[in-house]
Amino acid sequence: MPAIETFGLEKTYTVGFWRKRPRCALRPLNLAVEEGEVFGYLGPNGAGKTTTLKLLMGLVYPTAGSARILGLPVNDPRVKAQIGFLPEQPYFYDYLTARELLEYYAQLSAVEARDRSRRVDAVLNRVGLNDVGGVQLRKFSKGMLQRVGIAQAILHDPKLVFLDEPMSGLDPIGRREVRDLMESLKQEGKTIFFSTHILSDAEALCDRVAILHKGELRSIGVIADLTSSVRGKVEVMWQGSVIPPGVRSLTAECHQTGEMARAIIAEDQLDSTIDALRRANLKLISVTPVRATLEDYFVEKLSPAEVAAR
Amino acid sequence: MNRVASIASNTFREAVRDRVLYNLIGFALLMVGASLLVGQISIGIERNVVINLGLTAVSLFGLVIAVFIGIGLVSKEIEKKTLYTILSRPVRRWEFILGKFGGLVATLVVNTFFMALGIFAAVFYLAHHFEHADAYLLVALYFIILQFVLITALALLFSAFSSPLLSAVFAFALFIIGTFAQDLRGFAAMVHGVPGWIAIAAAYVVPNFAALNVISTVAHDQPIAGSLVLYNTLYVLLYSAAAVAGAMLIFEHRNLK
Repeated sequence: MPAIETFGLEKTYTVGFWRKRPRCALRPLNLAVEEGEVFGYLGPNGAGKTTTLKLLMGLVYPTAGSARILGLPVNDPRVKAQIGFLPEQPYFYDYLTARELLEYYAQLSAVEARDRSRRVDAVLNRVGLNDVGGVQLRKFSKGMLQRVGIAQAILHDPKLVFLDEPMSGLDPIGRREVRDLMESLKQEGKTIFFSTHILSDAEALCDRVAILHKGELRSIGVIADLTSSVRGKVEVMWQGSVIPPGVRSLTAECHQTGEMARAIIAEDQLDSTIDALRRANLKLISVTPVRATLEDYFVEKLSPAEVAAR
Repeated sequence: MNRVASIASNTFREAVRDRVLYNLIGFALLMVGASLLVGQISIGIERNVVINLGLTAVSLFGLVIAVFIGIGLVSKEIEKKTLYTILSRPVRRWEFILGKFGGLVATLVVNTFFMALGIFAAVFYLAHHFEHADAYLLVALYFIILQFVLITALALLFSAFSSPLLSAVFAFALFIIGTFAQDLRGFAAMVHGVPGWIAIAAAYVVPNFAALNVISTVAHDQPIAGSLVLYNTLYVLLYSAAAVAGAMLIFEHRNLK
């Protein structure tokens, strides 16, 4: 049984005050995420990632279609007891201390009274906030609030964790810590569904990804499979400080360092490049295949006009 | 019900830490000070003025607090996204509304308690002892709490579908209209035909805050009929239940964008 399933899930908002008009935030979405998977939900800002998460959390209602989590409708309280959710840029009651906030959430999550204190201590320790558990949240930095957000999402030991842009606004150390935490959740067998527009995070963590753009699902699959479909590239390096016009006309990615120069070109342009180097009497040093990244795939999936617009 | 109690308790904690209570305790102390002044400039009606002034101030301050906290109960939680981490737990939307309502009513009851201490202290300072008629003050304070329950329910209802500013305008407007509810009913009795029916409908739909105002009666040491206490209690319970149920219904279908 998939952990998450959506069947033609769709959301259209009405915008405008006098002249109301529909704005489609999510086109019919059919998706299945298996248990124990780390699933990346990728897309540029405004792609519909947060809308999908809100639909799955029952915060907004679908215009059409439906979704099931752990085999049950999303608004079933039995589902809610087994999921954790970190919203994007979370804000918490700043008059509470971290410990008070987590105890409050533990009550709402029906954690047994005798276990609450122990759970709160354990989760504070896990996110590295045990020293500041008694400090009011208004005194917390953005990174610390993000950790509180993760703590509240995993406090009740959920089977499935939804994270909306968990690395957003964090410094490199904070991002690394969140990434490690997600790795450890994966080791515990939890299903993680996280949205991000930071592709390196997805590459480092995800078993599978889905790419969303303008509310539409563009691709879904294992990262290696997706990137293998990207047109291959090679790096050509030669001796000399000259970049021949025949090479420059093939690619914009030409670099010169001291007595060496290099260019990254499409695989099918390799012969033309080597010919151009020969004509200029330049000595070829190496030809190295360049592994396609998720970013390459991501850019390729957007139409040229959309790429230019970005 | 544990979840409702948890939300109510957190709402109470939020209000208390917002320093509202401290301002009101300050107000209660001011009341004691005012009674000293009144004692010096009036002869024979010091008690009447202190009770009138005190109860009116308790009522108005409490109403302002009820409206201004009440209108933000839902909208602030949506705006700051704190609601997202609540409703992604096994908490039903109606439980959230009920908890918020309970928490604010509890806050107002505690506020009223502290302000009432101020009034009783002022009354005691004037006479240096308590009289039997002072017990009527408790009934007036009970009616003031009923007003708070009613206005909190209305503020919550408005905040479930409109912006905080509009909610405040609606709630205050209804309070002002409601204080003239008896006049509206009198007017309705005099008009006939379709306008008469409309006036009657309007007179009975607006909350009857006039019936909950016994400040003048109590200030003149006159007793309050038990039937009025019963009628007002039932009226406020039913009216508030309808308003809170309306808030729940609207909130249940609302998209939290």
